[in-house]
Amino acid sequence: MNTPILQISDLHAGLEDKPILRGLSLTVRPGEVHAIMGPNGSGKSTLAGVLAGREEYIVSGGSVLYKGQDLLEMEPEDRAREGLFLAFQYPVEIPGVSNTYFLRAALNAIRKHRGQPGIDPVNFIKLVRQKAAMVKMDEALVKRNLNEGFSGGEKKRNEIFHMAVLEPTLAILDETDSGLDIDALRSVAEGVNILRGPERAFVVITHYQRLLDYIVPDVVHVLVDGRIVRSGGKELALELEERGYAELEAQSRSENQPALAAG
Amino acid sequence: MQQTPTTTAPAPAQTTTQTIQEMTDKGYAFGFVTDVEQDTIPAGLSEDVIRVISAKKGEPDWLLQWRLKAYQQWLKMTEPTWANLRYTPPDFQSMVYYSAPKGMEDGPKSLDEVDPEIRRTYDRLGIPLEEQMILAGVAVDAVFDSVSVATTYRARLAERGIIFCPLSEAVRDHPELVRKYLGSVVPPTDNFYAALNAAVFSDGSFVFIPKGVKCPMDLSTYFRINAKNTGQFERTLIIAEAGAEVSYLEGCTAPMRDENQLHAAVVELVALDDASIKYSTVQNWYPGDAEGRGGIYNFVTKRGKCQGRRSKISWTQVETGSAITWKYPSCILIGDDSVGEFYSVAVTRHKQQADTGTKMIHIGKNTRSTIISKGISAGEGQNTYRGAVKIMPTADGARNFSQCDSMLIGDRCGAHTFPYIDVQNPTAQMEHEATTSKVGEDQIFYCRQRGLNQEEALGMIVNGFCREVFRELPMEFAVEAQKLLEISLEGSVG
Repeated sequence: MNTPILQISDLHAGLEDKPILRGLSLTVRPGEVHAIMGPNGSGKSTLAGVLAGREEYIVSGGSVLYKGQDLLEMEPEDRAREGLFLAFQYPVEIPGVSNTYFLRAALNAIRKHRGQPGIDPVNFIKLVRQKAAMVKMDEALVKRNLNEGFSGGEKKRNEIFHMAVLEPTLAILDETDSGLDIDALRSVAEGVNILRGPERAFVVITHYQRLLDYIVPDVVHVLVDGRIVRSGGKELALELEERGYAELEAQSRSENQPALAAG
Repeated sequence: MQQTPTTTAPAPAQTTTQTIQEMTDKGYAFGFVTDVEQDTIPAGLSEDVIRVISAKKGEPDWLLQWRLKAYQQWLKMTEPTWANLRYTPPDFQSMVYYSAPKGMEDGPKSLDEVDPEIRRTYDRLGIPLEEQMILAGVAVDAVFDSVSVATTYRARLAERGIIFCPLSEAVRDHPELVRKYLGSVVPPTDNFYAALNAAVFSDGSFVFIPKGVKCPMDLSTYFRINAKNTGQFERTLIIAEAGAEVSYLEGCTAPMRDENQLHAAVVELVALDDASIKYSTVQNWYPGDAEGRGGIYNFVTKRGKCQGRRSKISWTQVETGSAITWKYPSCILIGDDSVGEFYSVAVTRHKQQADTGTKMIHIGKNTRSTIISKGISAGEGQNTYRGAVKIMPTADGARNFSQCDSMLIGDRCGAHTFPYIDVQNPTAQMEHEATTSKVGEDQIFYCRQRGLNQEEALGMIVNGFCREVFRELPMEFAVEAQKLLEISLEGSVG
C-alpha cells in the first residue's frame, strides 16, 4: 500500500484556554477523498487551521506527518510550497493586487522551492487561461483584484481556480459549500472533480451532506467534540443527513462526561 | 462646511501570537557621509549671514533686498503649531545656513571639475552624473548641501529653448524670468518656513519650458544633505508657458546623524494656458533611528498655480523618509477648466511623524481636482492626512474627488485624517471617501498559505494599497518607489 500523504495521530489542539481537538487521528493516502462532517463547534475549521499552520492554534499533543515530514514544524509558506493547499472558508480580499499577479508570485514561490525556474508572463497567461477554462472560472474575475468585490460564490470559485493553477498534493476544502446556491455548489464541485487524480488527495470539510452528492468521497468521518467518532463509506453521509448529529453528540458526551464539563 | 476630524486608533491585535510586530531596526542605505572639504559659514542667523549668502552667490541687489525683507517678516512670525506633530523646535541660531563643497562656490562648470568624491557619492546613490550613463535620458540637477554641483543634458535641452539650471545661475543669466516669477506662487511671507527659506535659500533648480514645447525628457533634481548641523533651504521654480509640458522628478537623501537637521524648501510651479506640469517626489531623507534619534525635519511649502485656461498641475509624492514631515503640495486653480491633482503615499515607521496633504483652491470655472492619499503607519509611526478643498464663489461647476486611505501595520501606530471642505458656490460637486484598514493577520496568512513569505506578503498588500498612486509615477520612479517601500517596511512583521 502506498505511503500516506497525511497521517494525523492523536492530535490535541485548540485556542489558548480552550481545547478543541481532543485526540484526532486520520490517515489520508494519495488519490483519496476524505470528507469530514460534523456539527458546529466540533473542530472542523480548527483542523483545517492547524494543518495550514494558523498561529493562533496551539498544539498540545499528538503528531502530524505530511509526506513523512513533521508538518507542525513547518512554516505556513513551506507547507504551501510543499503542496498543501487550503481552500479558505472566508477568502480575504487584497485590494489593488491583481488575482493573476498574486497567483504568479505564489506559483513562482512554489517553483523556486522545487528548484524550478520562474514561469514567464507569457506562459503563465497561457496556463491561467487553460486552468480558468478547466474550472469554468470567468476570465473577468481572473483579471480583477484578488477577491475585491467578489460575491461569496465567486470567492469560493476563485479558491478552486487557485487550486487548479497551483496543483497541490493535498487540498483541504474548508466548508467550501457554505453560502453557495445549488448552481455555484455544482460548479465548484465539478472543479474539484476535474482535479481529482491518483497523486492528489482531498480533505473536504463540510457541515452538510449535499456537497458530497457532487464530490463523492472515499471515506466519510464524523467529527464530534474534537474527535472522529465514526468513519464509513459515502452512505454514512446520507445516514447523517437523515438522522442528524444529535445522537452521535449525545453518545460522545456520555463517553466523555468529565472532560467536557467545561465545554 | 467643515468636516469633523477623525482619529483612528488601531484595535489591539486579536490573537495570542502576534504575527505583526514592531518594526525591527532596519538600516538606512543612504546614510553615509562624503568626506569632502566644505566651505561652511559659522552657525547662526542674522542680516549679516543673509548678506554673506547673497554675496557668495554674487546676487544682484534686488534679490538681497528681497531676502532681507523676508527675514524682517520672519522675525515677526511664530512657528506653526497646528500640525499634528510633536518635536523639539529647531534652534535657528545653532544651525549653519550655507555649506558648499570647496571649489563649487561658482556653480558647476563641467563634470570634470566636480570633485571625484562627490561624483562617487552620486554613484553610490544610483544617480551617475555622466550623461551617457543616466537612466533612459533623465536630465539631473545634483544639489549637494547649499549648491548645485552638476546639471546634465543642458545643451540638448537648450536647443529647444528649455532652460534647466541651478536657480542661482538663473538669477544671473535670466534675471527677468526669475524676477517675474520668484515668490509669485509662494510669497516670501506666506508662512514661517517659507519666509525663512526666502531669507536664506541657497540653491535649487530653475526650469523654463517655452511656449508650445514638450520637454523631450524627464527633468530631475537630486538633493543631498551632507554637512553636519546644516540646514538645507533649496528653492525650485518651474514655469511652463502656453502649451508647454514637463515631467519633473525630485529625490532626496541625507547621512545618518544623531541630531535633527532642517530641510525647509519652497517649490513654485506656474502653468500658463494649456500647459501641464507633472511633479513627482520620492522623499527618502534620513528618518532617524528606531528610538527616534536624529532624522530630517522636512518642512516644505510646495504650491502650483494653474494660471492659464485648461492648464494642469499634478503632484505625486512618495514620502518614506524624514523624522517629521510637514508638507502640503497645493494647487491654485485660477484658469477656467484647469486641473489639479495630488497623489500621495506617506509611510511612517519607528517614531516618524508625517502631517501631509494638499490644498486645492478652485477659483476658475469648471476647475477640477483629484486627491488620492495613502497613509501607511508602522511601528510607532503617526500619519496625518490634512487637506483643504476650497471652492470660491467664482468657481462655477467646480468638482473635487478626494480619497484618503490609511493602513495600519501593528498596534502601536496611528492614522489621523483632517479633511477641510469649504464650498462657496452651490454648483460645486464634491466627493470624499476615506477608509482605514489594518493589515490583517488574515491577509498575511492567506498569502503565506499560497507560498509567499511574510515579507513578500506585506510587500504585496502594501503595494496593492498604493497602486493608484504608483501608477502616476514615471516608470523608473515607480519601480524605485516600490522597492523603497519594501525596504522601508522590511521587518515590520515578525
